[in-house]
Amino acid sequence: MTHFIDRRLNPKGKSLGNRQRFLRRARAQIREAVQKSLKDSAVADIDKDRKIRISTKGTKEPRFRLDPKSGGERDFVLPGNREFTPRDQIKKPRSGDGQSGKQAADYAEGEDDFEFTMTQEEILDIFFEDLELPNLVRTTLKETPNRIWKRAGITTAGSPTQINLVRTMRNAQGRRLALKRPKKEDVLALEVQLDALECEPESEARRGKIAALKEELARLNAKRKWIAYIDPVDVRFNAFTEQPVPTSQAVMFCLMDVSGSMGEREKDLAKRFYMLLHLFLKRRYEKVDIVFIRHTHDAQEVDEQEFFYSRQSGGTIVSTALEKMLEIQRERYATADWNIYAAQASDGYTQSGDARRCVEMLNNDIMPLCQYYAYIEILDEREMEVFASEDSGAELWRAYRTVAETWDNFATKRISKPVDIFPVFRELFKKTESAL
Amino acid sequence: MSAMATKKLLFDEADWDFATLDRTYKAIEEIALKDLKLNVYPNQIEVISSEQMLDAYSSLGMPLMYNHWSFGKLFAREETLYRVGYSALAYEIVINSSPCISYLLEENTMTMQALVMAHAAFGHNHFFKNNYLFRQWTNAEGILDYLAFAKSYIAACEDRYGRDEVESILDSAHAIMDHGVFRYSRPPKPSRERVMEKHLRRRRYEAEAYSELWRTLPAGIEPPAAPPIPDPEEDFYDEMKLPEENLLYLLEKHSPALKSWQREVLRIVRTLAQYFYPQRQTKVMNEGCATFVHHTIMNALYDRGMISEGSLLEFLHSHTSVVFQPEFDDRRYSGINPYALGYGMMADIKRICEEPTSEDRDWFPAFAGSGDYMATLKDAWANYRDESFIEQFLSPKLIRDMRLFALHDDSEESAYEVSAIHNENGYRAVRSAIARQYDIGFAEPNIQVVSADLKGDRTLFLQHHMHRGIPLHEATKNSVLAHVERLWGHEVDLEEVDGQ
Repeated sequence: MTHFIDRRLNPKGKSLGNRQRFLRRARAQIREAVQKSLKDSAVADIDKDRKIRISTKGTKEPRFRLDPKSGGERDFVLPGNREFTPRDQIKKPRSGDGQSGKQAADYAEGEDDFEFTMTQEEILDIFFEDLELPNLVRTTLKETPNRIWKRAGITTAGSPTQINLVRTMRNAQGRRLALKRPKKEDVLALEVQLDALECEPESEARRGKIAALKEELARLNAKRKWIAYIDPVDVRFNAFTEQPVPTSQAVMFCLMDVSGSMGEREKDLAKRFYMLLHLFLKRRYEKVDIVFIRHTHDAQEVDEQEFFYSRQSGGTIVSTALEKMLEIQRERYATADWNIYAAQASDGYTQSGDARRCVEMLNNDIMPLCQYYAYIEILDEREMEVFASEDSGAELWRAYRTVAETWDNFATKRISKPVDIFPVFRELFKKTESAL
Repeated sequence: MSAMATKKLLFDEADWDFATLDRTYKAIEEIALKDLKLNVYPNQIEVISSEQMLDAYSSLGMPLMYNHWSFGKLFAREETLYRVGYSALAYEIVINSSPCISYLLEENTMTMQALVMAHAAFGHNHFFKNNYLFRQWTNAEGILDYLAFAKSYIAACEDRYGRDEVESILDSAHAIMDHGVFRYSRPPKPSRERVMEKHLRRRRYEAEAYSELWRTLPAGIEPPAAPPIPDPEEDFYDEMKLPEENLLYLLEKHSPALKSWQREVLRIVRTLAQYFYPQRQTKVMNEGCATFVHHTIMNALYDRGMISEGSLLEFLHSHTSVVFQPEFDDRRYSGINPYALGYGMMADIKRICEEPTSEDRDWFPAFAGSGDYMATLKDAWANYRDESFIEQFLSPKLIRDMRLFALHDDSEESAYEVSAIHNENGYRAVRSAIARQYDIGFAEPNIQVVSADLKGDRTLFLQHHMHRGIPLHEATKNSVLAHVERLWGHEVDLEEVDGQ
């Protein structure tokens, strides 16, 4: 059976390194393609493996090759003649038909586009590359009780569970060698010798030898007792010390208007935006709390499932959501410990007068607490044309513009089509030089 | 045959296990060595899963290969095609090495495993060992060791100089890989062993001479450098022998811009190009030989009652689909199928040896009716490549059977002209045209380095000798030239001349 080798159990993914290199290489095209494919997919599908079609730009492998179309002459042979006789003329296929003998084999020409499947992990990696929460600061050490145990070398005292066996045994061996502790084999050898002697016939010499041996044996055994195999002085323990860890805890408040004025389309856009935000935070930050608040004429805190998938309707009072946010913040997220972020999506309509109240709350209460506040206004495409300029817009938009003027960390953006979501998202969460 | 048929079947179900494989292998081996008298490298047969098969695809069919994104691209493409079912995986991959490694796909039925063993482990194997191109250009014993060296060398370069650096060199080298071959002249002894030996020597020296103490030297003081190891090839640096067809070789030896590790990378790519060069020239023969061998062996197994009728039918089904040749206006047509042409010609040679017609006697007086087709075939397998094999052995009967016809394509005209068909006047013309099609001297651009302005601005001058006025594809020409410029470090100029 020397001829056969079963390789099936060999480690898989031998070409993983090549795949990573390829993805890195095609990054720009892939990002574009991922965006395009996300745009068309349903909200719930964002988090899945998908097929990506990229152009081969950037991953071209050019070779010198001949181009018989643009000059010269040649002869080539085809199989399957039925009706042709010599001197017959056959019209050349127009370029693009591609189906004519040798030209079809000019593989490089058919290489414009290229489709393959990417895992969700790979997609998200590329998707959220160089995005981060802006202005994230480490909350002060004094106030964070967060500590972790860190290794701190070796000590001579500790609990038995922390014994460092390697060090302990090494010390013990060194000590045994230095003090010349008799080895077990030596003792055994002497005992064997003694046994052998005792079987021999009685004689003076034998007795003398036995006595000497016994004495030697006793000496060795005594020495073995004095010099323990492991002595308390050998024992070493792994030491750990508690160290404060600078943490950056963050909470993201997601505020969404689900009132009647938001149509299905607007809600869908808003949800897509939050879906991205949610994925981004889940993926990039281990410790980011996300609070989902939706509001009509009053606001509720809901869980993820409800936020994305349940329906509700009613009038619109935006300030209720802000109140709710403040309330939750006061209860659970002290500013000393938490970086506070908020993202709000709305169609820009609210009860008249409410916009002023929102601005007041933002200016006085919320913005001083927040690291970053993103307001996304969802318009339909017609409105987008009407409000082409940044300055014109619905009531809330105009009101929020004033907030944006006072606060650097307040951003306002408009979305009217699924295509806008990703660029807006990137713009809002772009990595900046100053950020850590 | 009835007496034979009492013999026990080797297997009677589709599932296989290693005992059955071994039994079948021995039966096939007996036929191959005793009856057909094939001369093969020792075989090593490996069973792999479909994913591993894809892995092997994407590393040019080699069991190990250095890392590069283009292999990842190939893998992604193949995987997608395979998953959606556009393409089935090859049943086997075989590597020209000693021992000759054949991969069997675990999903194959037992009949397919038998077919694949006959095809790869004996057909291809015999061809690799005996064909003059392979014997002259490749070194079956050394290739796996060399690949291991190449992989670790490139990985080490990535560690030391960064992935981007290595990647850009490999990109450029791959772009002119087809021109990294010595076609006409003999290579100045491109011995893989010597490259490896030199490296091993250098490494050994470094390992031996390494001393911990050097790390304690104050900054700025270098440990003594390894003494230069004399290499007879170094002489080449002085004189450029021009014209030179092997661009990679010239750049490796004479480029003013490359560092020594980059030269080594070029050499690795060049070595691979040289290794694959014979395969590119013998597609038809290689596949034809393997297909002919498996056909003969499977039928012999059946004649001896060692496989069942069901297996034979299964085998014939896959055999016929392998040698299927769609006609030129068929949607499935994508060039002449090397399996069809190769197997067709070899089966035809057998016919000519055993039952020649008077036409055959006129055309092939040397072996028509000789009766010993294996002698003729073995001679062909050993001493020809696609182009010469077709020119020599394509018979009028096969031209008629395949209904081959030749077209003349003048780029200025709006129509092709049928220049010859399968009739008395046309046989020779068709035969020459198709042979020419397989001569990669014509099918691939002939590009040479003609001079380099070393005293002046160091421009490198390339020439494309156009065959019958066919120019290079403009867009790819420029991007490849950019790669050559990167390797040369200075301007590169390509002139297209009428080469007669």
